[in-house]
Order: sequence, then C-alpha cells, then structure tokens
Amino acid sequence: MDQLIQLLIAGLATGAIYALAAIGFTLVWQTSQTINFAQGEFVMLPAILALAARDLLHLPFWVALIVATAAFLALFGFGFKRFLVDPMLKHGVLPLAIATMALSILMKEGAKDGYSAQAAQFPSMVPEGVVSIVGAAVSLRDIAVFVVAVAAIVALQLFVDRTRLGRTMQATAQNPTVARILGIRVERMILLTFLINAALAALASYLISPIYLAKFSNGEFIGLSAFIAAIVGGFNQVRGALAGGFVVGLVDNLAAAYVSSGYRTAVPLALLVVFILFKPEGLLGRREERTV
Amino acid sequence: MTTRLDPNLAVILLAAPILWFAPAGFKAYGLYVVSLWLVMSIAAMGLNLTLGYAGLKSLAQAGFIGIGAYTTAILTKTFGVSWPLAFLASGALSFAVGVVLGFPALRVKFHYLAFVTLAFAMFVFLVARNEEWLTGGVYGFSNIPRPVIFGLDLSRALPFYRFVLVVTVVLSLAMWWLLRSPWGRAFLALRENWMRAASLGVDIRTYTLMAFAIGSAWGGFAGALYAPLVEFIDPAPFAISASFVMLLTVVVGGSGFFLGPFVGAFLSFVLPELLRVTGGWYLVVYASVVLVLLVICPTGILGLVERARDRLSQRRAAALRDAARPMLEGSEAR
Repeated sequence: MDQLIQLLIAGLATGAIYALAAIGFTLVWQTSQTINFAQGEFVMLPAILALAARDLLHLPFWVALIVATAAFLALFGFGFKRFLVDPMLKHGVLPLAIATMALSILMKEGAKDGYSAQAAQFPSMVPEGVVSIVGAAVSLRDIAVFVVAVAAIVALQLFVDRTRLGRTMQATAQNPTVARILGIRVERMILLTFLINAALAALASYLISPIYLAKFSNGEFIGLSAFIAAIVGGFNQVRGALAGGFVVGLVDNLAAAYVSSGYRTAVPLALLVVFILFKPEGLLGRREERTV
Repeated sequence: MTTRLDPNLAVILLAAPILWFAPAGFKAYGLYVVSLWLVMSIAAMGLNLTLGYAGLKSLAQAGFIGIGAYTTAILTKTFGVSWPLAFLASGALSFAVGVVLGFPALRVKFHYLAFVTLAFAMFVFLVARNEEWLTGGVYGFSNIPRPVIFGLDLSRALPFYRFVLVVTVVLSLAMWWLLRSPWGRAFLALRENWMRAASLGVDIRTYTLMAFAIGSAWGGFAGALYAPLVEFIDPAPFAISASFVMLLTVVVGGSGFFLGPFVGAFLSFVLPELLRVTGGWYLVVYASVVLVLLVICPTGILGLVERARDRLSQRRAAALRDAARPMLEGSEAR
C-alpha cells in the first residue's frame, strides 16, 4: 500500500512533466502542422545548456539557468520556426517531420560532443526530503515537481482562455484563414506558440533532470513518452495532452515496479498501439474527418 | 520497335563491374566502409519501396535490420546453420513480421502509422536488450562467423565485399523487376491516391501488406549481411534513432527514385566515416548537412537532379521554339 502511494505520486510527478512536453507538441502541431520528432531533445537540451553555461562560462547556477533559457528560446523557439519550419512547411508535413528527425540527431550529438557523454548531476530546485502522506513516505521533490508543472499548465490554460492574446492564438490554431481575415497577425501568433513550446520544454527539462540526471540521450524516452501522451490524450487537445501525460506517467511507474524494469518502456508503447488502433481520436479528442 | 534500356537498369549493370574491381586496392577498413554502404543501401531500398513507392511512413526499418542480424547471428553461430539458409530465414521472418506490422497500416495513416512503427522499432530494441538468453543482451553477440559459400572462404575483407556486392546486385535487380511489374504500378497508385485506386478495383489490402512485408524483407536481408560484416552485434545500432537515420537516408537520397537509396546511404554511412577526421563532431556535421540538404531540396538529391534536367530540357525546347519562330511567323505572313 505504501509502495503504491509512492508510485502513484511519483507517476503523477513524471506524468506532469510529460504533459508539459506533450502540450508544447500539440500546440505546435495545431498552429503549424509540425510533428516535432525532436521534442524529446527539446526537453533534454536546456538542462545541458544550463550545466554548460555554469561549467564553461563559470557563472553562478541561477545566472546560468537564465542564460540557458534565453539561448534556448532564441534558438529553438524563434530559430526553429524561422529557419527550419518556415522554409520546410511549404513542401508539406512529411519533409518537415523528417527535418525534425535530423534536428533531433543534431541536438543529441551536439550535446554529447559539446558537453559530455556522461550523465551529469543537475541541482534540484527543491530541498530533498520526505513527508508522510497517509502513512507513506513521499518524496518532497515529487510533490514540488507536480505542483510546479500543474501550476504552469493551469497558467497556460488561463492565458489561452481568458486573455485577448491567448484567444487570438486559439483562433489562429483553429482557423488561420479566418483569423487572418479578422486582422489577427497570424505569423506572430504562430511564433508565440513556438516560444511557449520552448518555454514549456525548458521548464520540463529543469524539472526532470534532477530526477533522471542530465544526459544527451534522455530525449529518446522523454520524446516517446510525450508522443504517447499526446496521442493517448487526443492529438489536438491541450486538456487531452495533460490527461495523456498523467496516464503515461502512472503506467510508466507502475509498470517499472510491477511488470519488469527492462520492459517499462514497452508498456506505454503497448498502450499507444491499442489507442491508435481502437481509439485514434484519444481520450478527449474529437474524431478527425477523413479527407478524400 | 526498339526497346530502350531502362536508365536505372543501365546504371546497375554498369556500376556492378566497376564496384567489383575499383576497391581492390582498399585496406580492410575502406572495404568495410564500402560493404556497409551496400548493406545499408539494401535496407534503404526496402524502405524506399514502403515509403517512396507505396507512400507508407514506416519508422521501423532499423528494427528489421536488427531482426535479420540477430536471426542470422543466432542461426549461424548457435545452431551452425549455413549462411544462405540463415539469409533466407532472416528475410522470411522479416517478411512475416512485416505482414503483421502492415495490419495497422490498413487502419491508420500518416503520423499515426509512423508512431505505431516507431513503437515496434522500440520493442525490437527492448527485446534485443533484455532477452539475454537469446541475444546476449547489452553484451551482444561476438565472433559471428563469415560464411563459406560453394567452397569459397569469405572471411577476408575483399572476398566478403565482393560477395556483398553480388547479393546487392541480385536484390537490386529483383527490386527493379518488381517495380516494373504491375505490382509496382499498384504500389504507386497506393501512394498517389489510395481511395481512387480502391475504387478502380486495386486490392488495397493485399498491396499495403505486401509493400510493408517486402520492404521489411529487404531490411532482414540487409541484417543477414550486416551481422557477418561487423562480426559483432549489440542492440545499439538498432535503436529508434537508427530508424530515423534510415528514413533520412531514403528521403535525402530521393524517395521514390530507384537509385535514391544508394545516394542516401552514401551520405548517411560513408560520409560520416570520411568525416571522422573532424574528431567526435562528425555526426553533428552529418546532421547539419542533412538539414541543409532538406531545406534546399526536400525531394532529395535525385529530385534535385531531375529538376535540373527538366529545366535544361525546357530551356532547350524554348531555344528550339525561339529558333523556329521567324520561320513560323514568316509562313503566317505568306
């Protein structure tokens, strides 16, 4: 029972991080039909950048965090859209998706050669420690991760639903042509979603790296988890990505404990295949019309 | 009526003798790189059928290379089966698994299919890593024997390279024949407009499954050559990023072009070896080159070549028109 509670909390914590990555993924998909196969690397890189800024530029850690976040937003928020998505998108969805695969290799190998091939400790932003919940010892860090990630998602949801800017962004995602007729600066809104995606990825990176250590190859499993979360939740829904993130986080942690640690990645994958075959619109998504 | 030699066939027939003799002076390492190029070209040829001709987005090709490589390694090393049998078994197993994996392709399209195949590739990797009794786990499989065929000992680099070349030529000819047959037309119909193809009576179900299965079998064949080529296999080269690289190989070479896989595999497997002089950064350089290439020519290198040729022939036609104009106008005036 104790173990189950611990696993549930840990599952919700990692699930919230996956949700951050999955939400960025769906936002970018909605506004510009970009299937970003480098999403996992987007979550891997900011932590590595921060460590590199600390070690190579000898900055205090909090300054390094700011520098890394700014650099990441400029390169993989603005630069990603301007120099990769814009030129590629006019050729169709597939060439762009393939370009993001090349980008994922570039980011992974760049992190390996430019920083380190070894896993590195990433300082945790919350104190270590445990608290007791219904008799079970639960790590303080898991709770903090969960709270921070959910707070970020709630803030994003409020921004999208309640502010004028957020609603114009939503309009752009739903129907760019009409949005343009209504005088919305569509290009600027699309750029905004790319910046939000980069910011969510950076936050996810700083939250997950203290748990799994910062390593160049982390993107593989994070990316896969984010894809699964996005699809299980419903490919075109932010709420869905959140639900999907929790489902994947829980399944992932429970499978590691009760199935086998070697096949922990296989269980969410099986979940993915089942969903794609039998409920491709996801938990909360709408069924997409099939185009002739 | 004169039958013109198909240019793709001409290239195969012309390249085969050149490739037979050219690398004779290479050192063992050089021969290894050229052999690797051919082996990966076979795998890319299979994916080119699935993706480039039939239009099914598969991210599982490295998984099939893995299935072929492990099947051959286990059969030849553990059970002492002869290589030709192991080769056929690798292809057959990949074919069978490809049929099964093709079933989701009947139900889902586009990115969903990419994710299902990605999940499958990950699963193959996990099995290779976890089932130590079968695959050796992370420690892998070492001392995979190179075959002796018809009394020819292929353990040295040059004979083995030439053997790989022969198999490559045979598989290329088979693929060329397949694509020229009515099947090839049906695969194209599947890519261009599957709904219209279905309404015209093309058996979508069979052709989708076959496009997957045959493409996968080529992956298995490549794996059967890969295992004795490197003589040591572990799960790492069959991870999902390897499937990404396979897809990049096909697209950068020119997906849907018969010779695209060879161009792409040169870029993906020979170029990085040439770039080793840059130290550890060669994969970074490779990925950057691929990105730039994709931005410049999303239809791949052969797509670029074709575009240049079209432009040239258009210019030539325009020149002819210009030259003919005075004459035409003159005739109108009269």
